[in-house]
Amino acid sequence: MTGGIQSALNPAGPNAGSLARLWWLMFYVNTAVYVLVMIALVIAIRKGRRQSDLNPVLTLSAQTETRRRNTVLSAVIVTTLVLFVFLIYSFSTGRSLTADIGQKNGLSIEVTGRQWWWEVRYNDVDASNIFTTANEIHIPVGVPVLFTLQGGDVIHSFWVPNLAGKKDLIPGKISTQWLQADKPGVYRGQCAEYCGLQHARMAFWIVADTPEQFIAWRQNQTQSSVPPSTDSQRRGQQVFLSSTCVMCHTINGTTAGSNFGPNLTHVGSRNTIAAATLSNTREHLARWIVDSQQFKPGNKMPQNNLGQDDLNALVDYLQSLK
Amino acid sequence: MSDIHPGSAGLPQPVQNQSDYRAYDTSQGKQLFTQYNCVGCHFNGGGGIGPPLMDEQWIYGDSPENIYATIVEGRPNGMPSFREKIPDSQVWQLAAYVRSMSGQLRKDVEPGRNDDMNSRRSEQRTQEKKPQRTTPGSNR
Amino acid sequence: MSYYEAAQITDEELAAQMDRERAELERTWAPPKGLRGWFTDTDHKKIAIRYIVTAFIFFVFGGIEAALMRIQLARPDSHFLNPDLYNQIFTTHGTTMMFLFAVPIMTALGIYLVPLMIGARDVAFPRLNLYGYFVYLIGGILLYAGFLLNTGPDTGWFSYVPLAGPAFSPGKRVDIWAQMITFTEISALAGAIIIIGTIFKMRAPGMTLNRLPLFVWAQLVTSFMIIFAMPAVMLASSLLASDRLIDTHFFNPAEGGDAILYQHLFWFFGHPEVYIIFIPALGFISSIVAAFARTKIFGYTAMVLSLIATGFIGFGLWVHHMFATPIPQMGQSFFTAASMIISIPTGVQIFCWIATLWVGKLNIKTPLLFVLGFFAIFILGGLTGVMLASVPLDLQIHDTFFVVAHLHYVLIGGSVFPLFGAFYYWIPKWTGRMLSERLGRWNFALMFIGFNLVFFPMHQLGLNGMPRRVYTYLPESGWGTLNLIASIGAFILAIGVLVFVINFLWARRAGALAGDNPWAADTLEWSTSSPPQSYNFHNIPVVQGRYALWEAQPDAPVIRGLSTTKRETLVTSVLDAEPELRFDIPGPSIYPFLVALATAETFIVGIFTPWAFLVGAILTGAALTAWFFGDPNYDNRPARETPERSTPVSPPAELQPKEI
Repeated sequence: MTGGIQSALNPAGPNAGSLARLWWLMFYVNTAVYVLVMIALVIAIRKGRRQSDLNPVLTLSAQTETRRRNTVLSAVIVTTLVLFVFLIYSFSTGRSLTADIGQKNGLSIEVTGRQWWWEVRYNDVDASNIFTTANEIHIPVGVPVLFTLQGGDVIHSFWVPNLAGKKDLIPGKISTQWLQADKPGVYRGQCAEYCGLQHARMAFWIVADTPEQFIAWRQNQTQSSVPPSTDSQRRGQQVFLSSTCVMCHTINGTTAGSNFGPNLTHVGSRNTIAAATLSNTREHLARWIVDSQQFKPGNKMPQNNLGQDDLNALVDYLQSLK
Repeated sequence: MSDIHPGSAGLPQPVQNQSDYRAYDTSQGKQLFTQYNCVGCHFNGGGGIGPPLMDEQWIYGDSPENIYATIVEGRPNGMPSFREKIPDSQVWQLAAYVRSMSGQLRKDVEPGRNDDMNSRRSEQRTQEKKPQRTTPGSNR
Repeated sequence: MSYYEAAQITDEELAAQMDRERAELERTWAPPKGLRGWFTDTDHKKIAIRYIVTAFIFFVFGGIEAALMRIQLARPDSHFLNPDLYNQIFTTHGTTMMFLFAVPIMTALGIYLVPLMIGARDVAFPRLNLYGYFVYLIGGILLYAGFLLNTGPDTGWFSYVPLAGPAFSPGKRVDIWAQMITFTEISALAGAIIIIGTIFKMRAPGMTLNRLPLFVWAQLVTSFMIIFAMPAVMLASSLLASDRLIDTHFFNPAEGGDAILYQHLFWFFGHPEVYIIFIPALGFISSIVAAFARTKIFGYTAMVLSLIATGFIGFGLWVHHMFATPIPQMGQSFFTAASMIISIPTGVQIFCWIATLWVGKLNIKTPLLFVLGFFAIFILGGLTGVMLASVPLDLQIHDTFFVVAHLHYVLIGGSVFPLFGAFYYWIPKWTGRMLSERLGRWNFALMFIGFNLVFFPMHQLGLNGMPRRVYTYLPESGWGTLNLIASIGAFILAIGVLVFVINFLWARRAGALAGDNPWAADTLEWSTSSPPQSYNFHNIPVVQGRYALWEAQPDAPVIRGLSTTKRETLVTSVLDAEPELRFDIPGPSIYPFLVALATAETFIVGIFTPWAFLVGAILTGAALTAWFFGDPNYDNRPARETPERSTPVSPPAELQPKEI
């Protein structure tokens, strides 16, 4: 049972890889220590059980005392040496994770933790390449990505076990972490610091693309939103702009510009919605819009009473925003 | 909000805003006040483009249903209408928060300071300012 | 020739005199009766039993909360509990177990047993003891009143800001938590001061520090840790309460505060807290191993130094709870080193116990079974702790179910199992009846198996990516099977605890009578009756070795001459326990309860308004004044000075030794 998505023992990048190696070293050594101590305990018990007279033993031979003292002393020395090995290996692993962090910026992404979703902003020297998205992060394979992590409201923690350890997003402080994916794939991450009612449902996906796929994806994300092409989509856009949606969400290229909630410019291209709680299907999208509280009770999106036709049109429009 | 209609006019029923009694709702109202950009005109209660909300002057009435109407219908001279833009439950939360800005609610319901730069005392430490120029039927 | 032989006192006269003295002592030390008696009784044994019963009830509540959580987590996407209720439950579970169960019960065993083990008649500050209990009880009631009224705290037992701050936790939930902390910390501080005073100044002559039982050493180290650690959490909770109530900015980064400051303050307490819970258990184990291996604990000096080292180093670990924050790695590595070093003194203790068992003659009874369970469970927990100590590895397993597994292995294995062993060992002394050995074995087996079923799979769950404090999880995660196993194990564990309760209730009626020393053990409490008389010792013994009853000479001297008509005990010097003076021990009084009420007003009404502190200060001041300057008399003490108080103690003329 060591594999699986979101498993620290299924590393897909150098960060998680070196941590998995550290884990296995400590695991095997610790298992050996535990087994040895348990054997000693079992032998001690078996030796002692054969006695029948229970008067206290108050003096022992000098030889026994010396032997006991030497054994205990050796055990302590071995323990100390093992701990030293752990300490040094752990420290050097830690150094390799944080060394030269300033140069690990093949790609620079800013993540802000919000109750209960992830605001993701791709930075670039060229301002026209900057864009904001939510909950789904694409990175190119084999490129170190530098994450700048900031707390938006309360403390969250950015953790994608397949790729790296976690880092807290603390309001008022900025943390940085780099990670890299070595093979294409989809890796799930989850908030790892208790942040309120929906901490359990605050996950995200890191999609590791081949370099070509990544460039294409990024190109698409920097574009403005796809204009509606069918009547239904046009009606959907009208519904969006005239009801509560526009108070919280941004769709680039329309008048909707609020950043209280996730950016929906390319929501149709995402695999999941609601911070990786639901897959991005028509059914889920419709039910989420009408009653998000059913899936994530206490989250900040209110319920919306939309007529069936309006709802269908709206979902058509949102799904067209690829 | 006129109550004139033919026949005998019963006394208008004062509306109870449930959010006035819940600390969660006033706290949500405080967050919504910033996020829906009420601060854009009313700033942190001191007013600017719009009138101040933390004083004792209430142009259109201080009772919950008056504030609800202000938000939903809009008012002359620049207050937009948020009908269909802000759901009812959130409007009531905002109404409760607006009343808390002048200390009208119970102290344990009013929100504390927010985690931001503070320009004034938190609502729970604001002394109650008795509303003036209220419309008939408001509950005090 | 003994004094009595020289004085030619016959054995019958001696026996009659002893009986007279005992009768007078019983009258002098008699507990006050009735309802008022419950509020004023300062007998350390009674107060300790109250602590133990109250803490055990909180333990059961915490267990019920755990059972509810396990039901919710047994299946993915379960709707058994909504997230708000789940969050209140896990917060209350952690808070109850850490503050309302673990620390009070460990202190309570010290309060009961330390005076008996060192040959004293009571603790150093009996009325402070009673005050500590009432404050603890009020704090616990406060927390549960909040919980039952749907205003229980819901931000975790550690209650991080900004989530617990005024902006993100509306209402009074977190304020109730913050003030409850204050109550339990005042109570713990009172207990610590009492234990230190008692151990340092009230030991029987001959019990030099070098001869102190390891149990008493453990209580001493723990008490010092309490005194240094508790103020940090009181500060954290008070600053949090002040941020929420009076607009201060301690934790508001926008106005110059810092969210990490809270973490530092909390964990500076939080890490020593777990050692405060763990170190007394080390004392239980030393007592049980000595008694059931029928031999001295190997390496007394090393054991004592290990206790002190653990206590000391325990204050240098706290940042290991904060490795995921942006504290620079170099600084964090210091805490890695410290967190690994602390396993050395604990390792020394474990090796010494194994060395003791190696040469001992083992009497395999339930207390020893629980100690063996401790070895199996705690050592595993300690090893996962070494893994968590490593900064980079911690970044993968921090805040996951791996940590939940680790903390329960060390806390339940390291403290609760020894605690249950201590129950089986000492309940015969406290109640006079033996518990059933058969039920005891069932108790142990169910708890051991149930515990491992619950918490061992959690290691794997954490490595598989399941974070902590989640009220549910998706079916696709694949975590369902292990969670279901854990939930089943939880019920087995619960049944094990139930078996203990049944055993206890059964033993009250039908258990074998215990007698003074059913285990033929070595420490001084086993020389008193079961349960002990209210005055503990008629004649204070003179101790002649570390294992007092095993190393006592046949004609061991005793201390005579302490008054039987007023509550008096012997105060001795710190290092060598040489008698220094006779000390009047205060008796029953209503003032501890009244001061506790004043404290309650201060902190409970303080949840709503800061004026409560002013009123509370005045009330507390008034009640304390009455306490200190009031008459420390107790009911059966003569109101006036008696000749006996002003003349030196000496036998009457006819009993004076004649010239030989």
